[in-house]
Amino acid sequence: MRSILTIYRKELSDYFSSKKFLILLGLVYITGLTSIYVAIQNIRVAAQSSMDSLVFLKLFTTSGDVLPSFLYFLSFFIPIIGIVFGFDSINSEKNSKNLSRLLSQPIYRDSIINGKFLAGITTMTIIVSSIILIIAGIGLRVIGVPPSAEEILRIIIFIVICICYGTFWMSMSMLFSVILDKTATSILTSVAIWIFFFFFVQIIASAIANAVAPLENATIATQISNYNIDLGIKRLSPSFLFMESITILLIPSGSHLFLRAVTTSDISNMILSPLSLGQSLIQVWPQIIAIIALAIICFAISYIVFIKQEIRST
Amino acid sequence: MENYIITTKNLIKKYGIKTAVDSLDLNIEKGTIYGLLGPNGAGKSTIILMVLGLTEPTDGFISVAGFNPIKEPLKIKRITGYLPEKVGFYEDMNAFQNLEYTGQLNGIPKKELASKIEECLKIVGLEDDRKKIVKYFSKGMKQRLGIADVLIKDPELVIFDEPTEGLDVEVANQILETIRKLNKTKQITFMISSHQLNLVQRICDRVGIMSNGKLIGEGNVKELSDSIFGGNKFQIEVDIIGDIQNAAEKIKVLKGIKSVSITENSLLIGTDEDIRQEISKAITSLDNVILTKMNIKDFSLEDIYLNYFKEV
Repeated sequence: MRSILTIYRKELSDYFSSKKFLILLGLVYITGLTSIYVAIQNIRVAAQSSMDSLVFLKLFTTSGDVLPSFLYFLSFFIPIIGIVFGFDSINSEKNSKNLSRLLSQPIYRDSIINGKFLAGITTMTIIVSSIILIIAGIGLRVIGVPPSAEEILRIIIFIVICICYGTFWMSMSMLFSVILDKTATSILTSVAIWIFFFFFVQIIASAIANAVAPLENATIATQISNYNIDLGIKRLSPSFLFMESITILLIPSGSHLFLRAVTTSDISNMILSPLSLGQSLIQVWPQIIAIIALAIICFAISYIVFIKQEIRST
Repeated sequence: MENYIITTKNLIKKYGIKTAVDSLDLNIEKGTIYGLLGPNGAGKSTIILMVLGLTEPTDGFISVAGFNPIKEPLKIKRITGYLPEKVGFYEDMNAFQNLEYTGQLNGIPKKELASKIEECLKIVGLEDDRKKIVKYFSKGMKQRLGIADVLIKDPELVIFDEPTEGLDVEVANQILETIRKLNKTKQITFMISSHQLNLVQRICDRVGIMSNGKLIGEGNVKELSDSIFGGNKFQIEVDIIGDIQNAAEKIKVLKGIKSVSITENSLLIGTDEDIRQEISKAITSLDNVILTKMNIKDFSLEDIYLNYFKEV
């Protein structure tokens, strides 16, 4: 445990003094503040058109005509933060010839990967939670409406989901840093996977759904089938799972559309009321578990590969 | 066995079908400097990895200071310092901070650590560079910092992989001098893997020669030369122009000659006495043979090494 803490402290101090940390922090803060500006401009209209009473959450979900909401920005930046803190965690130690020296010290090999992993999660938690809290603070000051207890709970769960999602991307890029020797290759591979999940899965899902169950002159059964295929494929993407879970959590009144296939007649017959926190949690639980499971799987593979790897100095 | 810090018996390491270390029986005495020689791929680094518990042997027995590297790697790493061939440090940290980190990983109490670091930096002559960022260090300085790094834990055994590789002669000499001094003053056992034979010869008490995973020769330089060159006291090298075969026949019949071998224009003569005068007379008495040079040849580790690999 002592060795994990020593490595953890060193990694943490490395992260905080690194340029990549400052650049990421600056980038996230700028986009966060931009999105809160947009939200504040549009929040009155959004609040009036909404049927729920959770006005404070609109700070995070309201978008402008041109700029998207903070939620969208975050779904875009969290993978980048995760990748940046993981892609060179092990191979940079190998390339700088530090790993052989480190492994000859009286520490268990897993202390290295565990220490780095924990330091990455801590740094990511600080970045994500600080920007969310800053936005909440500014919002509180500007709109003058304090958050209800339910809203506070939703924001806390939102932060936890963001950290789990970032941990998945960090674990994945850490895996590449274990199996690939070059840092450039590991970052490129991680970014390629992120682009695939973030952009291409949606296109592929629509294409497959339309091929299997075409919407042209489709019956209601075909439309539902199309929707289910599309949703099923999209749910293979951690990015979609994340968006789905935070949308259900932060936009409880509009979440029904995510939950099951609906038709226009369904909507007209629905009495749309916001989901309670408990109901929202029940709905997002599978998505959260899936994201955590993916993070654990990636980290477990990195861990096993790293433990089994033979490290030579040459 | 108590006198040995490293003992291996029938140690085998295989990677797939390739045998990196083959039935190795090795005993390294405490307080000695042991040189492990051999070409690339001979199995030297694999032995080091097994000693440190960083790779598991396929078969056989290995013990380091009485500990099993697979079951008790931390106990071994606590008393063993390892300086890899290409040593790396955290480049944006200074020398002191790098050693401090190593000290922390070794669990050295905070109140002792600073004085320990100062002592180690002084031993390697880097006390004035303690606050200098490592990226501005020369290769020789990094190597010296590496020695300080392994000394932090007060090791009983230090393993150096090519400690003087890529260093100029002066720096290499300083490092060898430091190793010798540490061996004498602190009774640290050194295991040095190298292919710089002249350097190894200068400081090693015993030498092991590896080839294709096997230990093909072991002993001090004298023992090795005896085993290869027949234990002759003198090896006289004679350069001649003319009928070298005739000259060899003439010398073979002289009293005290134990062996004569021919290499191009030279004769290598093994004897128990210095009979250069008799040899000179015998050669000059021949027609069409001119003696151009004659000297007593010392066996260097290089001769031994080359001879082994000629035979292999």
